[in-house]
Amino acid sequence: MGQHTRNDNEMHLPNLERQPFEPRALKSIVLSAITICMAIVACIPLFSVLIMLIYRGGKRISLELFYGLPPTAFDIGGGFGNAIVGTLFMVGIASLLSVPFGILAAIYLAELSPDSKISTVARFCAKVLSGLPSILAGVFAYAAVVLVMGSYSAWAGGIALSILMVPTVMLTAEEAIKMVPRPMKEAAAGMGCTPAQSMLKIILPVAVPGIITGVVLAVARAAGETAPLLFTALFSDYWLRPNEPTASLAVLIYNYSGMPFPNQIELAWAASLILVLLVFVLNIISRAIGRRKNV
Amino acid sequence: MAEHTSLQRSQSISKPPSAGDIFTNNAFRALTLAFTWGIVLLLAYILFRIGGKAIPAVKEYGFSLLTGTTWDVNNRTFGILPEIWGTLYSSMLALLLGGFFGVTIAIFLTQNFLPRTLETILRSIIELLAAIPSVVYGLWGIFVLIPLIRPLADFLNAHFSWIPFFSTSLSGPGMFPAALVLSIMILPTVAAISQDAFRAIPRKTVEAAFGMGTTRWEAILRVMLPTAAGGIFGALVLGLGRALGETMALAMLVGNSNQISLSVFAPANTLAALLALNFPEAGDTEIAVLMFAACVLLLITLLVNMLGALIINRTGMKR
Repeated sequence: MGQHTRNDNEMHLPNLERQPFEPRALKSIVLSAITICMAIVACIPLFSVLIMLIYRGGKRISLELFYGLPPTAFDIGGGFGNAIVGTLFMVGIASLLSVPFGILAAIYLAELSPDSKISTVARFCAKVLSGLPSILAGVFAYAAVVLVMGSYSAWAGGIALSILMVPTVMLTAEEAIKMVPRPMKEAAAGMGCTPAQSMLKIILPVAVPGIITGVVLAVARAAGETAPLLFTALFSDYWLRPNEPTASLAVLIYNYSGMPFPNQIELAWAASLILVLLVFVLNIISRAIGRRKNV
Repeated sequence: MAEHTSLQRSQSISKPPSAGDIFTNNAFRALTLAFTWGIVLLLAYILFRIGGKAIPAVKEYGFSLLTGTTWDVNNRTFGILPEIWGTLYSSMLALLLGGFFGVTIAIFLTQNFLPRTLETILRSIIELLAAIPSVVYGLWGIFVLIPLIRPLADFLNAHFSWIPFFSTSLSGPGMFPAALVLSIMILPTVAAISQDAFRAIPRKTVEAAFGMGTTRWEAILRVMLPTAAGGIFGALVLGLGRALGETMALAMLVGNSNQISLSVFAPANTLAALLALNFPEAGDTEIAVLMFAACVLLLITLLVNMLGALIINRTGMKR
């Protein structure tokens, strides 16, 4: 306040110097400090998880993990080669089902008939499905596959995962196809291409990096999903047999986390480390592809 | 004459589509249309399948399923009221915490607080939070978070037990650690969509505010936040949708106890955790009741997610 009156007496110029202790400025500084603290706090969980994974899971990393089978209750040693194979197999099935499905639907939505009624409805359904709780994908696969086939199986697990992947693949592929420059599409049409020809020969090749980004992200998400597998693929202590219960890394972590045996808990941490590494590598790949697209 | 031949030659480059081309085109169109219908039918089939399996339970127990509070397989009494309560309560707690952090971080990342490189790094860290599988969060919660917060919980319970929220002690798993992990999991969702909302504000708006002589936080709180409010609200609703459907972290941390309690340290249960725990060993009647629980969960999440999508559509954000 005092500053003001002095200025008024002199030249009617406000004081333009920074005044950190004026209430308004002070409030701004305090709020900034709080925000910075909150941002740092928000980063703690990630680092805590990573450090614990490296510390508790890293101890246990050895070749035996990759070729060994899960140990029985009081055993020492052991590994989870079957769970790694199971995860890869089920994510593979899910990708085979969901990637063609998602991309073909996306082509129709993005290019062939973007404003038709069915496209609007399908887009809405995809958004609803992308918000579907993952456990419900498991419930559905249980009702539609396990009860019909009569047993838990890797197929049921793969189908449950594919339901979670379809909307992601579809919505990102639609965006990627829409991003292809208009003039290219018009040039193809101008040359007399049928819509199918311009899609297959011109638009899709250009949109591929964007589509792959979406697919890899969907795969990364599916690899870490536990809930859809709990009562579709169940778990198994033996190597992969697709028609029978199948082990996966995620379910192994869940099962072993509740066991009273230190060996199993160590294995759960090691499996977490490998799962997180897998997911992070997939994320980095998808980012790298996505970035190259923009250049 | 010369002109005529060149025209003829150019015709040979771009000729009208042959019968084969037209057939391929129509087939391709039909194929893509079929898969577009496929996604609609898939959703319908999911609803039909889960709903259909729940009907026997509704016939047998009727409305008491929603209001009952006991889950006793031997006496064949089932009620999912505690689970509905636990689902809503844990999600609300998570939203309170995760939403607050998420919006603050969105502000931090969009209002020029940081140099570009740091901004990108922080954004990547927040996005990676979402990439960690929820079962890993569960494991971390059991072995790191619960031992860490137990002293705090004991202190709050010892000194403030007259507040209903702190009325019981934390005996391992419970609502508080579950909600804490849940809030970490929804933070990236809220932060990402809120960032979009802030970025959608025209540059002129903030320049006008600064031109009027506001401090940075006056501009944020009185101009930016109200302008982005629609999108932020949508972000919170979608974050809530994620929290409601989250399964593994809760199944591992919430304690799976069939009770309704205001205390954040008491064990509880949620719909998704109930499904995860009881499904593998359930008999026929129990399966039907679990399908009913799945229907309730589906209904709640569908409503919340549609609401969120609607709000975000209204604000006209590109997403």
